[in-house]
Amino acid sequence: MSGTPEAVVKKFPHWIEKMSEAIVGEEDGVWIVKPNALRAVAKYLKEKKGYDFLANVAGVDNLLHPNRKEVDRFEVVYHFYSTERGGDYIAIKARANAENPVLPSLVPIFPTADFQEREIWDLYGIKFTGHPNLRRILLWDGFFGHPMRKDYHEAYYEEEHRPYNSRYPEGHYVSQEDRTPWKNNLVFPNAFDPEHWQAPEIYYEVGQDFKNIEKLKTDRIVVNIGPQHPSTHGVLRMIVGLEGETVTGLELELGYLHRNHEKIGERNTYLMNIPFTDRLDYITSMTNNFGYVLAVEKLMPKVVVPERAEYLRVIMAELTRAMNHLFAIGFLLNDMGAFYTPSLYAIEERELILDLFEMASGSRMMCNYMRFGGVAHDVDENWVKLAIELVHNRLPRALDEMEALLTTNEIMLARTKNVGYLSPKDAIAYGTSGPVLRGSGVPYDIRKAEPYSIYDRFDFDLITEEGGDVYARYMMRIREARESVRILKQALRDLPGGPVMGKPLPYMVKIPANEAYTHIEAPKGELGFYIVSDGTPNPYRYHVRAPSFVNLNSLATMAVGHKIADAIIILGSIDIVLGEVDR
Amino acid sequence: MSENVESEVGVPQALRRNIFTTALDAVYNWSRSSSTWPVMFGLACCAIEMVATAAARYDMSRFGMEVMRASPRQSDLMIVAGTVTKKMLPNIVRIYNQMPEPRYVIAMGACATGGGPFKDGYNVVSGIDKYIPVDVYIPGCPPTPESLMHGFMKLHQKMRSQSITNVNWYNKSYTGEVPVPILGPDVIDPREIPAMSKAVRLAREAKE
Amino acid sequence: MFGSGILKGLGVTLKHITTSYLDDVKSIPTRYAGGNTIIRQPMNEEGLFTIQYPEERRVLPERFRYVPMLIYDAETGKDRCTACGICAKVCPAQCIWIVRDQNPDGKPIPESREFYVDIATCMGCGLCAEFCPFDSIKMNHDYELSTFKRYPDLVYDKEMLSVPTTYYAQLYPQAWAEEQERARQKAEAKQKRAEAAAARAKAKEAAAKKAAQIKAAAQKQSSTDV
Repeated sequence: MSGTPEAVVKKFPHWIEKMSEAIVGEEDGVWIVKPNALRAVAKYLKEKKGYDFLANVAGVDNLLHPNRKEVDRFEVVYHFYSTERGGDYIAIKARANAENPVLPSLVPIFPTADFQEREIWDLYGIKFTGHPNLRRILLWDGFFGHPMRKDYHEAYYEEEHRPYNSRYPEGHYVSQEDRTPWKNNLVFPNAFDPEHWQAPEIYYEVGQDFKNIEKLKTDRIVVNIGPQHPSTHGVLRMIVGLEGETVTGLELELGYLHRNHEKIGERNTYLMNIPFTDRLDYITSMTNNFGYVLAVEKLMPKVVVPERAEYLRVIMAELTRAMNHLFAIGFLLNDMGAFYTPSLYAIEERELILDLFEMASGSRMMCNYMRFGGVAHDVDENWVKLAIELVHNRLPRALDEMEALLTTNEIMLARTKNVGYLSPKDAIAYGTSGPVLRGSGVPYDIRKAEPYSIYDRFDFDLITEEGGDVYARYMMRIREARESVRILKQALRDLPGGPVMGKPLPYMVKIPANEAYTHIEAPKGELGFYIVSDGTPNPYRYHVRAPSFVNLNSLATMAVGHKIADAIIILGSIDIVLGEVDR
Repeated sequence: MSENVESEVGVPQALRRNIFTTALDAVYNWSRSSSTWPVMFGLACCAIEMVATAAARYDMSRFGMEVMRASPRQSDLMIVAGTVTKKMLPNIVRIYNQMPEPRYVIAMGACATGGGPFKDGYNVVSGIDKYIPVDVYIPGCPPTPESLMHGFMKLHQKMRSQSITNVNWYNKSYTGEVPVPILGPDVIDPREIPAMSKAVRLAREAKE
Repeated sequence: MFGSGILKGLGVTLKHITTSYLDDVKSIPTRYAGGNTIIRQPMNEEGLFTIQYPEERRVLPERFRYVPMLIYDAETGKDRCTACGICAKVCPAQCIWIVRDQNPDGKPIPESREFYVDIATCMGCGLCAEFCPFDSIKMNHDYELSTFKRYPDLVYDKEMLSVPTTYYAQLYPQAWAEEQERARQKAEAKQKRAEAAAARAKAKEAAAKKAAQIKAAAQKQSSTDV
């Protein structure tokens, strides 16, 4: 943290309510900012201290936390980073009371807070004053209750924490449906009568400012793309305002795959969450595992990861990155109209990488490979031989072929050059990360900025592209996949022997009350895990900062002014996975 | 479509010796089962395995299924590949209603079959079969491409056991339409509305 | 040049067709001769095979996991499971239900009476197999599990889950060998311990005898002294 907090507290004592309890890496605690000073603090951090990147905004409900009985019920945590200095993080908190949870919105200063604050409003019911568009984001308007609050219980609620006692020793199978009133997963408010119920009228305003409206002599229509559409990469819904074929406004409707990852994650034990993280970004399960185990290991300082396990983690993560980038390019082509064949070529190598994952972990996609303090299984010599063959021959060849097919292809150039421009300033302001941010020329890669695991031992370049358009993001992915291959070559060469797991941990680990935010460079951007523990074997708060979700903030800005067909490929160039967007 | 395949195996006794029907059935079912076009429709993780099944290594076109239609009106089969959320549910039922008969539904993966690991969630539908009829269930999380293809073969088996003389989609009064659920405070199934209102009324009366 | 992109694209496709076909013919020439084959994709080729399931199958690695299975001893017919309940406690989807058996007096005994896995909830993560202390729950490789009905077909009971050790040995040759090795070492160690114990007992006996002799001699001497 630059700028000692004491100095700031002395200078602006009216800003800070008090300091929080000690957390990982911050023995003095972090600032708890008075709600009315929140914007001033954010502005000060951004303009005077260079904290220009608001990475994560997470809500916490303090209702059941043993150490937070006296404090206000709701808490919002902000994690800031500096892209210039590379990392250098600062966290601040703000609290809101239970009766009237209101906080000022940070959207005017950090546009990236848009989706994240809406998510907190949706799941916790904290209102953000001054937010331009505060409506539910993951659930639908009219949903009953704010589900992430600790006193909200689902229809299939059994106990606060897993494992449930009804499973053993008298675990007669009873389907959960049979225990609920409507034989289904439904909760209704008391005395709810559908016959007298009126659906709320929902009106989405689709309108970013578009300057050239007068020039076009067409009718303005609103087109709804998705949630079932082959080019939305899943179940995303785009509500697009059109003038002729030109996009004049774009509004996203998310949550069609909101499967309550965080709520379930707070019921789970720490170990049980590992296979759930596989299903976040289901194309890159290994990096999700990686981020999560690093986050929990931060809370368990005694756990030491053996050398071989560190190498295996990096190998798996980089194989995942190469695979993901090929996949992303393949489906970008799919969106562009090069239907089927190029994407089939792009996922050929993926099959072989999945074979390797299957040999190592047992499953093609949902690897569940990493554990606290190591990895689950060792790999044998044959595996390493196959991986070396893949990394030295097949992957470079596949990338060369992709480049031969695309980089100078005139259709590709015509469709992607100067389409979906995102300026470096906007890219930072919208909180984008990964290839989108670096495709706009901002050299910020967490593997370089704050080397986690053993990334500081490898020789690789930080790739940036200056273009800021779809083509730059495509080039970004190709070149980054080549860097991954470079890291893989070194890692496979240096892979040491030895155990892959220290002392195996029991299936339930109690972690003393603490909190930590850990982020890694996932293939799609900054994947962060914010974990609050309370001394039990279950995380008290488990929040995922999903790169795809935050990157989507920038879609409207990029797409407005382009043709509707370009909006599709701009979406493709962000490379989203809905499992991660909606969680 | 009845849900029990065994009951459909039997052609009525009177028709059993009818060679014409048998031959016609064979042709009818062979042609249907060899060109079952799925909707291009993926929900979550399983959709990626569905893509892998369609890709070079497993190649769904060997089953005549490579023609994935983005429009439900041109397809015969809906592969519900992934977690069905309450928010998505009305859309899925609409897609199902738009498909022409004969239509089939495969619940691919644990989530579509029974809610899967996300069953507890407040926004998760614990099994698509609560709203639309499902023909084949494929467990697994996610099912590997081979097991998806095993599900296809199971579906073909079901198709081949049907007879043109007693399938219900030539029946004029049959629509097979499923009422679209409403997103209220939670998902409201229109079929349940009378029962729910009755329960509320009874509770109110008991209070008074 | 205008059109070069299209030509290049066609060239790449043509190359793909020819190389994969040549690879295919070269590496498994008997493939089209008929018969069921299990094929393995070589890593050092350019193309990718189409696995013609169900006639052909992919080689499954030993660690492949799909759904759990329960192992019983093929010789004695006794379950390995001791109903300790760790699998039910570690299961992330909470899809395992165990009823611990009781003896006629109502005291719990280390055996399971009922064992259910809801396959339609199982996420196939393999944590149950990983944390089972008795190697009794393992992940099955059988992926052909499609059914026409959800209930009761996809709630597996003990009977459906149980497989003999011979089946397990076939699926997991390496793990089985390691297990046998461990068992052998354990038996050896036990035997060694027993031998050591016997030797110790013998030594003790001998020492006692000797002590008695010395004592007797001393007594004798002392008595003679008197």
